[in-house]
Amino acid sequence: MSREFIELAYLLAAALFIVGLKRLQSPATARSGNQLAAVGMLLAIVATLFGQEILSPVEMIAGLVVGGLVGLILARRVQMTAMPELVAAFNGFGGLASALVASAEVMGAIGWTTILTITISVVIGMVTFSGSFVAFGKLSGKISGNPISFLGQRALMALVTLVTVASMAWAMAGPESLSAGLPPAVFGILVLAGASLVLGILFVVPIGGADMPVVVALLNSFSGLAAAATGFVLGNTALIVSGALVGASGLILTNIMCVAMNRSLLNVLIGGFGQEADDSSPAPGLSEGRSVAVTSADDTAILLSYAEKVIIVPGYGLAVAQAQHQVRELADLLQKRGVEVKYAIHPVAGRMPGHMNVLLAEANVPYDQLYEMDAINNEFDTTDVTLVVGANDVVNPAARYDKTSPIYGMPILNVDQSRAAVVLKRSMRPGYSGVQNQLFFAANTRMLFGDAKDSVTALITEVKAV
Amino acid sequence: MLQYLTYFALSMFVGREVISKVPQTLHTPLMSGSNAISGITVVGALVAAGMTEEPWARYLGLAALIAATINVVGGFLVTDRMLQMFRKKPIQR
Repeated sequence: MSREFIELAYLLAAALFIVGLKRLQSPATARSGNQLAAVGMLLAIVATLFGQEILSPVEMIAGLVVGGLVGLILARRVQMTAMPELVAAFNGFGGLASALVASAEVMGAIGWTTILTITISVVIGMVTFSGSFVAFGKLSGKISGNPISFLGQRALMALVTLVTVASMAWAMAGPESLSAGLPPAVFGILVLAGASLVLGILFVVPIGGADMPVVVALLNSFSGLAAAATGFVLGNTALIVSGALVGASGLILTNIMCVAMNRSLLNVLIGGFGQEADDSSPAPGLSEGRSVAVTSADDTAILLSYAEKVIIVPGYGLAVAQAQHQVRELADLLQKRGVEVKYAIHPVAGRMPGHMNVLLAEANVPYDQLYEMDAINNEFDTTDVTLVVGANDVVNPAARYDKTSPIYGMPILNVDQSRAAVVLKRSMRPGYSGVQNQLFFAANTRMLFGDAKDSVTALITEVKAV
Repeated sequence: MLQYLTYFALSMFVGREVISKVPQTLHTPLMSGSNAISGITVVGALVAAGMTEEPWARYLGLAALIAATINVVGGFLVTDRMLQMFRKKPIQR
């Protein structure tokens, strides 16, 4: 079949990707959008497989089947709470694939521009691969979520960067000198791949676990850019167009995450920000000489049962405690009593962008009860009770008024404006930013200490008894 | 090369326009779905592995093919699993 046929199939695939992404603008059309994109991918693969003169079609189909089966099993088995690490892992595979494809092209490469694009593809692809797997380790708890730093970290980073750049130059130095066995390009690429692998590890290791949403979004962008770079190497428009789409998507999400945390991308990447609080030692009570009001499950149940309007603010702690099903059950009970219940979702709630929404959807919460920060922030002053489940920094009013606070300027949910707030939390330990939450000391705030799942389960029992 | 750069730049703009309107609710499916799209590298892997007789280039290509297929198939399936949970009305149990 002709070259034109393949190009046409790629064009159609690209169009399906764009329409598919466009349909992700509403939860009602999103599923069909994803399916359209999958059809586009199938089309691109089939056109490549049968359109070009593939020398070993059986081998290729075997490769597709093996990869497909692994992907199928991973996608079926994953728990929704483990979604961030799975996305990171898939991302890593994509980056690796791009780097490998570019490397395979190095032998036949002619001219320094081709070698340059190959080296770019290898660097981005390998950094995406190793960086994603470090992120996977941090998100799944296989590596400590704390920012890891060691003596000479910066110096090592500089050295590895230097080796990376040098091996890029080495690879470009003499692709023509084929006569003396393997060309320097091959050795250059080998060293480059190794250096990029180390670079990816060094890049993610110093970043704390709660900043992983930004890292995963950025690596997502990289995997797209790696595919696009490989597209330049092969002169393949499907790779260039799709890679650019994903690259743009990841960059937008990275930016949204940074804005929601009021931090620059550079600040996140330098790392070392925050230690994940070890919530195991309970230290409720006094802090900074001020006292907090502690409440019990039965008092809270009465407060909730007789409210007209309740807003639930779920946070990272809810995801960790996997209390989403219990929270939904509590909300159902309250709604049966005629209480209006809404959920307020901060952009960085959960462990990746939009993760909280997936967890609540899994617990069968209809998506029209979930409100984004800007849509609900003016409703808190007409709310009787706000229930904060495992959220901390994103409800700290100091972000609005305390210019000395490290989180000053960060967009927050105005929970302090509601008539009463009940905070479900394990201890008084500060949040990820390391600052104490002013909301906890407010006159209309009550603390309900305990594991989120246990506390909500107790609330369910008590509400039933009211 | 310049022609490819044009495709690249225009696609970045299209991506920006389409994706900046995706609501926060769908950011996780957006990430896993677009991630699956980045597995388009699978096409590159087919070309690299299938059109050469150089053994090591073929092995590299085959390894790339498997990695990219994991990315594509897993990515689309898991996105579908997530999106089917997004409902306007709760399921009656």
